[in-house]
Amino acid sequence: MKSVAILLAIVILNFLLIRLAPGDPASVIAGEAGAADAKYIAQLREQFGLDKPLTTQLALYVGGVVTFDLGWSYRNQRSVADMVGERLPATLLLTVTAFIVALAIGIGLGVLAATRVGTWADSLVTVAALGFYATPLFWVGLMAILLFSVNLGWLPAFGMQTPVAMPFGDRVVDVARHMVLPVLTLAVFFVAIYARLTRASMLEVQDMDFVRTARAKGLAPARILRAHTLRNAILPVITFAGIQAGQLVGGSIVVETVFAWPGIGRLAFEALLQRDYNLLLGVFFLTSVMVIAFNLVTDLVYSLVDPRIEVGS
Amino acid sequence: MREFWQRYRRNKGAVVGLAVLAFIVLIAAAAPLVYPASPWEMAGAPFQRPFGEFPLGTDMLGRNILSGIVHGARVSLMVGIVSTFFAVTLGLALGALAGYFGGVIDDALMRFTEFFQTIPSFVFAIVLVAIFRPSIASIVAAIAVVSWPPVARLVRGEFLSLRRREFVQAAVVVGETHLRIILGQILPNALSPVIVMASLMIASAILLESALSFLGLGDPNMMSWGYMIGASRSVIRQAWWMSTFPGVAILITVLALNLVGEGLSDAMNPRLARKGRA
Repeated sequence: MKSVAILLAIVILNFLLIRLAPGDPASVIAGEAGAADAKYIAQLREQFGLDKPLTTQLALYVGGVVTFDLGWSYRNQRSVADMVGERLPATLLLTVTAFIVALAIGIGLGVLAATRVGTWADSLVTVAALGFYATPLFWVGLMAILLFSVNLGWLPAFGMQTPVAMPFGDRVVDVARHMVLPVLTLAVFFVAIYARLTRASMLEVQDMDFVRTARAKGLAPARILRAHTLRNAILPVITFAGIQAGQLVGGSIVVETVFAWPGIGRLAFEALLQRDYNLLLGVFFLTSVMVIAFNLVTDLVYSLVDPRIEVGS
Repeated sequence: MREFWQRYRRNKGAVVGLAVLAFIVLIAAAAPLVYPASPWEMAGAPFQRPFGEFPLGTDMLGRNILSGIVHGARVSLMVGIVSTFFAVTLGLALGALAGYFGGVIDDALMRFTEFFQTIPSFVFAIVLVAIFRPSIASIVAAIAVVSWPPVARLVRGEFLSLRRREFVQAAVVVGETHLRIILGQILPNALSPVIVMASLMIASAILLESALSFLGLGDPNMMSWGYMIGASRSVIRQAWWMSTFPGVAILITVLALNLVGEGLSDAMNPRLARKGRA
């Protein structure tokens, strides 16, 4: 229910932004058609409903969005929904993989650091997390290209697949090889955050009474770690991961731009270059929807890890 | 104050961070003296390697990269500080109102905050800068608009707990106005976590600015680190130095700010600091 309200608010915000964007569609089309006389523009304005009151236009717009109509890209002469729709799978592949990788590595490193407080492993994780937390994603990507593709030649730097025909099995390997650098680049910033958070949270939980009780009962350390400490320490990490879904999706714009990954982030960059505001706002809408979806999923995961929380409450 | 410094000094990283930050501020202030010529101007032959005629080489248009970094420091720091100032002011105002008055006002303001926290902030910043045309004002405004929600939530929490404390109740009984209680009684006691958060926000604002100008949304009249990396990334195979050095500048600045933020946090909240270090 809350998600629906936020979604509606995003649609309204998007509508207001479209109204603010420079150049109304009628004069843009008229300009491109080479005919800028007032009568033609007036006719176009009527055709697009731009002469109607603002509330009617809003109703039309909301009605359009409900039926997946996100407007028209005048530069590309295509519907925005089609353009973002065909780019969505690539972005989902990138962000979801990076999200899982970041959680796995981040929690792993955090546990490693917390169980070895004060050792060199702890210091290394802490320093690395501090460093990557301060590094811009696009620069990490460029440096990764420089090292792993230009100098070492291990991995491809651009695109999602090699543009030649190949059997399905080879194609999977090919895409996986193209994914390594973008996924790691996007993940590294979040690894830093999750590692720091897990470490701090583990240290806090380790001192609690129930952990001491488990130890006094004579449980194996590995079991205490898994069933008692980590299970509780992981909760704030999941909460935070949900809050940060927006940053993950935003980061994908930069990463896709660096690696020429054919997703909606790259599309946003192209829209910027072409000053295609309708397309840009379509991307904004879709990424907002992605964030809401991410949040719902983390709520679900949270209720699995902590059964005391009910979904939707 | 002396006691505060004593506690700050215990965090070695924070002291280093402060020294580095002071150096960067100095460089930014002295930029017009060190390199009086515009960083956009051609200084020598293009594609010169570093450690030759120019310490960090030249870019594909023959511009001096070190000059660009020195002038870029001004833009980065300025955008970081000004946008954080506006974001903190907005967050303080909304968070204070929500936490102090509670009830319907709190509900409404928190829904509003939640909405801004849900929409993907970087994409929203891109949209805002693109629609209002890239300029230093639109960049600062966009960063402030997407950064205030965490401040509002933090301030609201502080106000909620301080609101019930005896000294605030006493002020209410004495008949002080709401404004006086908010500004004079509660705010000073709620400020220290906000200061810590602000120092970390300057760091993320600098990262955000660099990402915007990397995508070509920088102010066309101001040299910035993100722009330098974005402009030279197509020649990265031939000229690694053009995109490497500005990135190092961003990394060092943001790292220094984060270290200072942690040091401030330790110094203002010594009980928590010991716990975190265990």
